[in-house]
Amino acid sequence: MDSTRRNLLVATGALSAVAGAAVAVPFAWSWWPSERAKAAGAPVEADISKLSPGEMQIVEWRGKPVWIMRRTKEMLEAVKAADDKVSDPKSEVDRQPDYAKNEYRSIKPEYLVLVGICTHLGCSPQLKGADAKGEMGADWSGGFLCPCHGSKFDLAGRVYKGVPAPVNLDVPPYMYLSDGTILIGEDKKGA
Amino acid sequence: MGRLMALWDWFDARMPSVAEEFRKHAAEYYAPKNFNFWYFFGALSGIVLVIQIVSGIFLTMNYKPDAALAFGSVEYIMRDVPGGWIIRYIHSTGASAFFIVVYLHMFRGLLYGSYKQPRELVWIFGVLIYLTLMGEAFFGYLLPWGQMSFWGAQVIVNLFGTIPFIGPDLAVWIRGDYVVGDATLNRFFALHVIAIPLVLLGLVAAHILALHDVGSNNPDGIDIKKLKGADGHPLDGVPFHPYYTVKDFAGAVVFLAVFCFVLFFVPEMGGYFLEDNNFIPADPLKTPSHIAPVWYFTPYYSILRAVPPLFNSQFPGVLAMGVATLILFFLPWLDRAPVRSIRYRGPIYKTALAVFVVAFLLLGYLGTEPVTVWGQAGAWLGHADRATVAARVFSLIYFAFFFLMPWYTAIDKVKPVPERVTM
Repeated sequence: MDSTRRNLLVATGALSAVAGAAVAVPFAWSWWPSERAKAAGAPVEADISKLSPGEMQIVEWRGKPVWIMRRTKEMLEAVKAADDKVSDPKSEVDRQPDYAKNEYRSIKPEYLVLVGICTHLGCSPQLKGADAKGEMGADWSGGFLCPCHGSKFDLAGRVYKGVPAPVNLDVPPYMYLSDGTILIGEDKKGA
Repeated sequence: MGRLMALWDWFDARMPSVAEEFRKHAAEYYAPKNFNFWYFFGALSGIVLVIQIVSGIFLTMNYKPDAALAFGSVEYIMRDVPGGWIIRYIHSTGASAFFIVVYLHMFRGLLYGSYKQPRELVWIFGVLIYLTLMGEAFFGYLLPWGQMSFWGAQVIVNLFGTIPFIGPDLAVWIRGDYVVGDATLNRFFALHVIAIPLVLLGLVAAHILALHDVGSNNPDGIDIKKLKGADGHPLDGVPFHPYYTVKDFAGAVVFLAVFCFVLFFVPEMGGYFLEDNNFIPADPLKTPSHIAPVWYFTPYYSILRAVPPLFNSQFPGVLAMGVATLILFFLPWLDRAPVRSIRYRGPIYKTALAVFVVAFLLLGYLGTEPVTVWGQAGAWLGHADRATVAARVFSLIYFAFFFLMPWYTAIDKVKPVPERVTM
């Protein structure tokens, strides 16, 4: 074939391929969260005044379960005792706001606030109290067990060594509006 | 009759390609005459594909792809739509039946070396069909919007979230939301009912065309095209139609009898075909106490669970699971044996295949159970869950079967292959 015509054909073909690829953009774009989905992530308020010691309540924030647990003295001691069994005792991996980067991973040691989603593959772990020794082994002193792949966390959401989950449970941003109310999803820095 | 023939002649004169294709792919497609039991499952896969498409079309007529309505619409199909329960059970039983016949069809390939030269493309299209089918099953499983649908999708989408750097954004992009939600359900519906089935049909066509170009393998692994009769047809071949259409019809009758038994008497198959937890509506705040994928995914799920995290990341497990499926593509080049069929292979391959099958089945079993199912080992294993230790051993066997294949098939002692097929 005449080389000028061949070149024209090749150029046309190449440009058509580029145009064809560009057509994929709006389709792929449409898979991002919609404006409505983005707007649904507003902070939520939780009333914690009625929580009795050792009790846990679950609130929904951005479609995820957030646990609020009022820890007893024994529970806080169990957290301390678990230091050598968890893989990141000092919360050095950034999974919490700075104000929760401490021994008990909370603003007030008594109240634990955690996103109840396993850092392995997103299941929601279950509370297994210190009385679950039969199932969890004799040295179990309370914590959380993920039903999906068996990851274990202590009562501060710190991950045990040798389980599938790589890092501690997330602590969401939160702040106390009063002694009995907290706001999840927003903290003083953001306000 | 004369009129009917005249009508056919009228049609044939205007569109001769219909008769031509029928001759090419059926009446004059010569298949080896020694096909045995294992050769039913290709045709049966085709039958199940048709069952799924037809029952699926009728399900969409009453199903609502909306997070607020989906669960209720499935219950509506089961209770109020006339015959709705039959149609839904056909579809759910068909899903498991599809994987049963496809796994047996793939095992046939392993037995008789059907992936070996010159059928590499047939095998590759087959593996693509298998992977596409997994996608189809996964997208479909979200639609009833039960607890297992929801949390299964949550786990699988989060697998993509573990990919370094782009993972978290990729997971959001796949879901269309920050958690599995209405947007996810709606797009999975679109993928399940139209996008993936179209791809599947194209791949099935490519699989069959590639097969008919090179010709079918057989239980002896002999190339029947080498020895041809005076008429130019292989001496060991018979026309696919009517010989194998009749044989496959008999197979289909038996298969459909078993299928109907499951459909009418044990449609949930003790929680293996339809999991108990999926009769509870999706609850984003509460994971069921025991979640497991449907049985056909469990071997790979076991491999995922067996790999411990490395460098603060669960990606290695995801990678292992990905490699476990993608390795199938390379099978034609991993196998260095000079013969195809198991009948003429030596003891090493026979042992390797047997051990592999046992490991695969046990991985599948362990994937349906919690990791605590066999209790904890003693101090010498650091009190690890016995099932996890076992899954690690079986995973290593799974990978060893493929990765060591170039060596053990090369040194294996093979027997001489006869000239003609044996019956």
